[in-house]
Amino acid sequence: MVTGSSKAARLAAPGRQVCLADRLRELFLRAELTAGVSVIAVFAFFAIAAGDHGFLSFVGTKNYLQVAAGIGIVATPITLLLVAGEFDLSVGTMTAAAGIAVAYPISFLGWPIWASMSAGLVAAAIVGTANGVLVVRFGIPSFLVTLGMMFFLRGVTLGLTLMLTGATQIFRLKALRAHDPMLPLFAGSVFGLPVALFWWLGMTAVAAHILTNTRYGNWIYASGGDPDAAAKMGIPVGPLKVALYVATAMSAVIVAMLEMFYVDLADVTQGLGKEFEAITSAVVGGAAITGGFGSPIGTALGALMFSMISQGFFYTDINDNWFYAFVGAMLILAVIVNGYTRGIAARRTLAK
Amino acid sequence: MTAESNPLLSARGIRKSFGAIEALSGVSLTVNSGQIACLLGDNGAGKSTLIKILSGALKPDGGEILLAGERVVFASPKDALDRGIATVYQDLAIVAVMPIYRNFFLGREPEHGCGLLRRLDKRTAIRIAEEEIGRIGIDVGDVRRPIATLSGGERQSVAIARAIHFGARILILDEPTSALGVREAEIVLRFTRQAKERGIGIVFVTHNVHHAYLIGDTFEILKRGSVSVTFERAALSKEALLAQMSGGSELTRLAMALERDEADADL
Repeated sequence: MVTGSSKAARLAAPGRQVCLADRLRELFLRAELTAGVSVIAVFAFFAIAAGDHGFLSFVGTKNYLQVAAGIGIVATPITLLLVAGEFDLSVGTMTAAAGIAVAYPISFLGWPIWASMSAGLVAAAIVGTANGVLVVRFGIPSFLVTLGMMFFLRGVTLGLTLMLTGATQIFRLKALRAHDPMLPLFAGSVFGLPVALFWWLGMTAVAAHILTNTRYGNWIYASGGDPDAAAKMGIPVGPLKVALYVATAMSAVIVAMLEMFYVDLADVTQGLGKEFEAITSAVVGGAAITGGFGSPIGTALGALMFSMISQGFFYTDINDNWFYAFVGAMLILAVIVNGYTRGIAARRTLAK
Repeated sequence: MTAESNPLLSARGIRKSFGAIEALSGVSLTVNSGQIACLLGDNGAGKSTLIKILSGALKPDGGEILLAGERVVFASPKDALDRGIATVYQDLAIVAVMPIYRNFFLGREPEHGCGLLRRLDKRTAIRIAEEEIGRIGIDVGDVRRPIATLSGGERQSVAIARAIHFGARILILDEPTSALGVREAEIVLRFTRQAKERGIGIVFVTHNVHHAYLIGDTFEILKRGSVSVTFERAALSKEALLAQMSGGSELTRLAMALERDEADADL
C-alpha cells in the first residue's frame, strides 16, 4: 500500500502540470516506472523494518542480488517471449533438467565443464524447439504446451536420474572440476560480488538492446502486438518464437550451472516454481501476458523487487511465510498500475 | 509504358477450390502500369481469394500469372513482394501498439553497423517515414507515436505509402475505402490516384461502385467465382456499371445514392 500511494502521486503529477516537458512526461509513463517505484518502496520498507538486522549489510545485499540474478537470468528471455505473445511454464523444470544434464557428465563421465555445458545446451535446444514447434505448428496455446512440457520434463528428469544414478541428487561437483578453466564463469565472485550478478546484468543489457535497437526487437514486438500483421509483412513469426523458446530453455542452463556450483549440488527439484517468479518479475516490470509490451530493464527491476521481498523477511520479526502474500499483492497492484499507465500513454498520444 | 502485348500483371484462367466449393472458376485480370483496375463484386464473389492468389498467400489450382509477360509462381507473400506486388489488406497489416515509423519499416528495417553491432538505424527510419508520409499530404505529427492514434484514412494512406516506398510496381488494395467516412475515403482515393500517376499499376478491390468509378480505368465484376463483365472506362457509364453490379434490380436506388455522393465528395 505504501507503494500504491507514492506511485499514484508520481503518475498523476505530470498529467496535470501541462508545463512539464514531454520527455519528462514520457519518462513517467515508461513501462519500467512501476517496477522502479516498487523496488524503491520495498527497499525503503525493509531498510526501515530490518535495516539494523542485516538487510542493509554487504552480506544481506549480496544475498538478495544472488537471488535476483537467479530469477532475472530466466526472466529476461521470458520477457522477450511475453512481448512476442507467448509464455513458458516449463522453464523452472528445465532448470532442474539442465542441472542434471550438466552434472551427470561431470560427475559420472568425467567430462570438462564446456562439454557438460554443451550437453545441457543441447537438451535445452531440444526442449525449447519442442515447445516452440508445438505452439507454432499446432496452434496449441503456449500455456498448455508448456504446462505439459513442465510435467513431462519433471517425470523424465526424475526417472532418468534415478535410473542412472540411483539418487535424486548429484554432489561434489566443484571438487571434481576445481581446475577447470570454465569454473570461474559459474562459481565465485568478481569484485566481491557473485558472478551470477554479472550474467544477469549482461543478459539484461543484451535483451534490452535487442528489443529496442535491432530489427529482431521490432519483429518480437510485432509478433506479439499483431501476429497476423507481422506475418503479412514477411516477418518469420514462427521461427522467431521457436528461437525465443530455445533462448528461454538455454537461460535455464545458465541458471542451473550458477546454482549448482553455488550450492555444489544438482537436484531434480532445483528451480521448481522459478517460472512463476520469472513471469511475476516480467509482469511487474511492465510486460503484458497478451503480448506487445515488456521491458528487460523493467523485468530486472521486477526480479530485484522479488528477491528483496523474498530475502527481506528473513531480517524482520515477521514470519517468513508472509512473503508470498506480499509478492501476490505486489503483483496484482503492479498489473493494475501498468494497465493504468498504458491507458494514460494511449490517451496522451490521441489528444495530440 | 509497357507494351500492350505485355501487361504489367496479367492473371489468366485462375481457378481455386476449397473442398467441394469452387471459389474461382477461371478468372482473368489485367493491369498496366499507371492504370487502376477495379475489381468489383459482392461479398463471397471470390475477391478475397483472387487477392490472396495474386499476393502469393494462396496457390491457384489452375491458370497462370504473368508478370511483364513472364510466367511466375509465387512461393510466398514475401516472394510476391520481392517481385514488386504489394498488397494492402483491409486490416492494413499494421501493429496498433507500435510507433508509426516502426510500422512503416516493419519487416524491412534499415540497419547500420556490422556484425554483432548491427542495429536499427532509427534516425534514417524516422526521417524517411516523415518524408514519405508528408508526401501524401497528411500531417501525422510525431512518427514515434503509436499508429493506433491515427484515423482510419490516415492509417490506410500510411500503409499504401509504405508499399510504394518499398518499390511496389503493382499495388493490390483490398477494400481501402469500405470502412471509412466520406472525408477519409477522399484522402485515400486522392492518394490512390497520385500513386497511379507515379506509374504504379493498381488493383482496386471494392464493392463500392461510386469509389471505383471515380478513379478506375478498367472494371471487372466478379460474380460467384467468375468474371461476369469487363469494361474499359470509355465504354461505360456509371449507370451501366451500377446495373451490372446490382444485376439491374436496384439500379434506381443506387443511382440516387450515387448522385447524392457526387454532390458530397467532389474529387
